[in-house]
Amino acid sequence: MERRVCGLTFVLLLVGFFASAAHGVVEEVAPPPMTEGLFPCSNCHASMETNRTKRELKEEHTDIKLHHAETMRWCLDCHDAKNRDKLRLYNNELIDFKESYRLCGECHGNLYKSWRVGIHGKRTGSFAGAGKRTYYLCASCHDPHAPKFKSLKPEPPPDRPRGKPL
Amino acid sequence: MKDRNWTRREFLRKASLAALAGSSLPLLSSCTKEEVEDFLQKRFVEMTPEEKTRVIAKLEKRYEQRYGKKFQISTQEAPPDTVWGYGLELSRCIGCRRCVYACVKENNNSRHDPQLQWIRVLRLKRGNLINLEDSEHFYDPDLVPEPGFLYLPVQCQQCENPPCVKVCPVHATWKEPDGIVVVDYNWCIGCRYCIAACPYKGRVFNWADPNIPKEEVNPAVHYLGNRPRMKCAVDKCTFCIQRVRQGRYPACVEACPTGTRKFGNLLDPNSEIRYIIDRKRVFRLKEDLNTESKFYYFFES
Repeated sequence: MERRVCGLTFVLLLVGFFASAAHGVVEEVAPPPMTEGLFPCSNCHASMETNRTKRELKEEHTDIKLHHAETMRWCLDCHDAKNRDKLRLYNNELIDFKESYRLCGECHGNLYKSWRVGIHGKRTGSFAGAGKRTYYLCASCHDPHAPKFKSLKPEPPPDRPRGKPL
Repeated sequence: MKDRNWTRREFLRKASLAALAGSSLPLLSSCTKEEVEDFLQKRFVEMTPEEKTRVIAKLEKRYEQRYGKKFQISTQEAPPDTVWGYGLELSRCIGCRRCVYACVKENNNSRHDPQLQWIRVLRLKRGNLINLEDSEHFYDPDLVPEPGFLYLPVQCQQCENPPCVKVCPVHATWKEPDGIVVVDYNWCIGCRYCIAACPYKGRVFNWADPNIPKEEVNPAVHYLGNRPRMKCAVDKCTFCIQRVRQGRYPACVEACPTGTRKFGNLLDPNSEIRYIIDRKRVFRLKEDLNTESKFYYFFES
């Protein structure tokens, strides 16, 4: 549940501007579908004391297993300690969850650059014309807490050619 | 003298026409009217707009009877200043075959007997990319990707210099102005020379009438693309001609869970495919055969 809140499995819906200005700025972002009852995070966190120690989470967020350079990282490197509804960039700028790709881009600059021009990541819908286009965000495919792409079960192989065995 | 000569010529002409009619009449009279019409139908590129409209109306009616759905058969022509190109990033493909089945569904391929798939995902040992002979496409592990392997999906490469087009004895297959190699399924005689000529195994043959579940049939079709085929026609990937001419990504691009597949206009300097060709190390399969394929494989880093 929490993972879905923080994992931001949302899709950015843009109408036409990204392709026309591949290096431009994102103007319109559909809000992420946050799990009801959990967001805003400050509902719980506002009244809690900030504990910066790295530890195993035993009461809440137990489904989050951090596998993202976990020896060097902890929650508050990305989540802002004071305002839990925001993510924090290196320069202390606070950003919304729907802009999480900016945070990813701070470490993964080369992939971020490729993603902005549509080489890394996935796009669906129309690539030209007036049709709607959908751009998948970093978090649509990668769980931010364990970003390695999960293995999948493959679809069945094609039928082998029939005939008498030699 | 002159008069006699003319008469003889006239006689021969009449006699040969009569013989031709006589021999073909029993042949045609054993067919239904519809079959005769199909048989006498012209090549698609030679049809007048009225003939096209008539053929489309006939086909729409036939498909509705067969599949119970209202079909939209497009004859949309190639957009100007466009040559389509495809990019596929080998470092990301995990060999899950989602593209294969999305393609089958989008393009109304026969599901079984015969099972026709336009995409074949080859599995190669890592470090053995150039040795396609050692590839395997029947792999079936529980989970992909498997360590030590690389996956190389192959489909029609839409060659600029297509060997399949050269060998067709009846000109039933040709390259469109936007670079897509298409087949006029009605004009195809089923000789399968093109299948033998293709170095990528990009074409398949309808050994029987296709088996498409009625509820899964895709009614948005193009005449030269994904309309349901008939027995004895050759078909192949068309880069989803029905989608890309409307500016939509092909079905395999949309189905890929890893964003391995890229598509765009090679003549548009701002397109995704041009960005890839300009900046990545791309290669094409079997370049030594001078097919000038428009399917670019690349590695991200």
